[in-house]
Amino acid sequence: MKVLKIATAGSVDDGKSTLIGRILYDTKSLTDDKLEAIEEKSQQRGFDYLDFSLATDGLVAEREQGITIDVAHIYFSTPSKSFIIADTPGHIEYTRNMVTGASTAQASIVLIDARNGVVEQTYRHFFINNLLRIKDVVIAVNKMDLVDYSEEKYNVIKGEIEYLASKSEYKGQNLTFIPLSALKGDNVVEKSDNMAWYKGETLMHHLENLDAEDINDESQTRFPVQTVIRPKTEEYHDFRGYAGKIYGGDFEVGDDVAVLPSLTKSKIKTINFFDKEYQKAKRGSSVTITLEDNVNVSRGDMLVKTNEEPKIAKQLDATICWMDKEPLQASQKYYIKHGVNDAQAKITQLSSIIKTDFSGIEENPSELELNQIGDIQLKLSKPLAFDAYKNNKSNGSFILINPKTNNTVGVGFIK
Amino acid sequence: MSQTTIQVDALESEAIYIFREVVAQFEKPVLLFSGGKDSITLVRLAQKAFYPARIPFPLMHIDTGHNFPETIEFRDRLAKELGVELIVRNVQDNIDSGRVKEETGRYASRNMLQTETLLDAIEEFGFDACIGGARRDEEKARAKERIFSVRDDFGQWDEKNQRPEVFDMLNGRIDLGQNVRVFPISNWTELDVWSYIEQEEIEIPSIYFAHKRKIFVRDGMIWSADDEVVYRDKEEVVEERMVRFRTVGDMSCTAAVLSDAVDIAKVVEEIRDSSISERGARIDDKRSEAAMEKRKQQGYF
Repeated sequence: MKVLKIATAGSVDDGKSTLIGRILYDTKSLTDDKLEAIEEKSQQRGFDYLDFSLATDGLVAEREQGITIDVAHIYFSTPSKSFIIADTPGHIEYTRNMVTGASTAQASIVLIDARNGVVEQTYRHFFINNLLRIKDVVIAVNKMDLVDYSEEKYNVIKGEIEYLASKSEYKGQNLTFIPLSALKGDNVVEKSDNMAWYKGETLMHHLENLDAEDINDESQTRFPVQTVIRPKTEEYHDFRGYAGKIYGGDFEVGDDVAVLPSLTKSKIKTINFFDKEYQKAKRGSSVTITLEDNVNVSRGDMLVKTNEEPKIAKQLDATICWMDKEPLQASQKYYIKHGVNDAQAKITQLSSIIKTDFSGIEENPSELELNQIGDIQLKLSKPLAFDAYKNNKSNGSFILINPKTNNTVGVGFIK
Repeated sequence: MSQTTIQVDALESEAIYIFREVVAQFEKPVLLFSGGKDSITLVRLAQKAFYPARIPFPLMHIDTGHNFPETIEFRDRLAKELGVELIVRNVQDNIDSGRVKEETGRYASRNMLQTETLLDAIEEFGFDACIGGARRDEEKARAKERIFSVRDDFGQWDEKNQRPEVFDMLNGRIDLGQNVRVFPISNWTELDVWSYIEQEEIEIPSIYFAHKRKIFVRDGMIWSADDEVVYRDKEEVVEERMVRFRTVGDMSCTAAVLSDAVDIAKVVEEIRDSSISERGARIDDKRSEAAMEKRKQQGYF
């Protein structure tokens, strides 16, 4: 079964939870007991329609305020695919949660309220989708029922987003525009009778036909070693396996590999998964690899093919999304976690804040506040083996951790 | 040497990756084991993550004393077969010593009392990571929880202030006294778990399959009448029917469903067609809309 991870983003009250509830309802994914609960609560609150957002807003505070605070994960499937939706908050103060939800998504849905058109939030959502280089972005123009299903309104919004897209550095994105009404169900699962002017596909039809295989543009193989497996039993006396997950490309027995950061060379002897050995393993597989030579490999090291070494350096340039109440300032020290590797990092320069409305940058700021995005330079306590984010998402991203609080305070995208 | 190519399923790879992160990042992990299908699935994934080495942490069961005998028997046998240490801590001990008070009456259940015993055990052994089989699709509050969920000294979950989890990176840094609850199968659905059990031919306790059992019906739900732990009114009629259980929690709050699915393939088929969600058969979640969230804040799993 293929799994597609989707992130949804939208501003407060533009009907995101309702859209997800509608998808669940129309794909018959809401079980009887959940549906009953929704019917009951909707009646209690005196609504004359089914409040589908009750299906997704899981926290008391969210139900009280009728907003989404944190990422909820929602699961449903159609006969051809399994879907995981990360339903992310639209509110500016929860931007970090939106980045969190979108970081593992292969596709993204940005909701726009047809009455309000493109608002400040839309710019930010669209910007983050571009920063994260999410390949498939659906612009869902919602609440079309409240603007008389007007093609004109829809076209104005479409034009504005297309103009934004033209200003973005990321050119590999597939943009799809769909006019819909989550509340009434137009163009979500069922084709709308109210918008004959729209010749495109429904939202579900589009999602079902997306190819989840093509997750990103990685091609070179990266194998960060998580832990070394030494059974220390009679039978496996000399077994020394490197456990990790393969990113980017594939690995095959006999491949010449380099161990990073030491650049020691060896060859792949076996690829093990549980009690079997395989000739070849594809990307995304958590396996255990043994090498021909008795080389020194430990957690945080990386195996790559010998002609595909990434950059190895003790400093890096990155774009960072700040996620902590305490602002980032130049000269502060943090822990950096790059994949499964840890080091210490010092911010040597905060060069700019990037405006999330595509209007440019603010140079040499004194600090970077919660939910702001900026460019920084880092000095590292040891060499890391990294790629540019645009070439390899998994090896081109990192998080910063505040040593005082242990909190994850930022997520970085290496240049 | 086999000549085949492997592409490990995404959910399985993710879970194995999480297990390996736990062992690398924590001093004293433990796998919370109930003998139910989710924790049995976890055990298989842990085996795969560290093979050919043994699972490098103990299993621990917080026993309410109200478990199905089939489950307990299964639990002991599995731990023995794997050569893994099994720690059992009993809720009964806390009741006997008067630390917790047992609920009484119609809907009495010991599920809430497990929390206290769990927190005691975490402290007793100094566990810093407790691995559990909770899934985000089970319940609305769980849908919000991270894979590494940080808890304070009191086991409390601060749902409004969770650490961002981006890409595959899991931040397991904690202060002394804190511990992390880890959920490797967060992204699996009930059907994913069943399909995996079928595909891997994993053995599970017999109560998951249809069998003849003495039952009675209350509030439209089917309760086991075999056992003294389930409270029953005099006027509630006992009958014998073919049933199976979808979860194997505390007997007093685990309802059965009518079924003639006697093997895994039939169970999977039944679940595929089912129209009642899994926790719908768990009475203690229905107490209020926020039942699960409240329990989590108090340190429940």
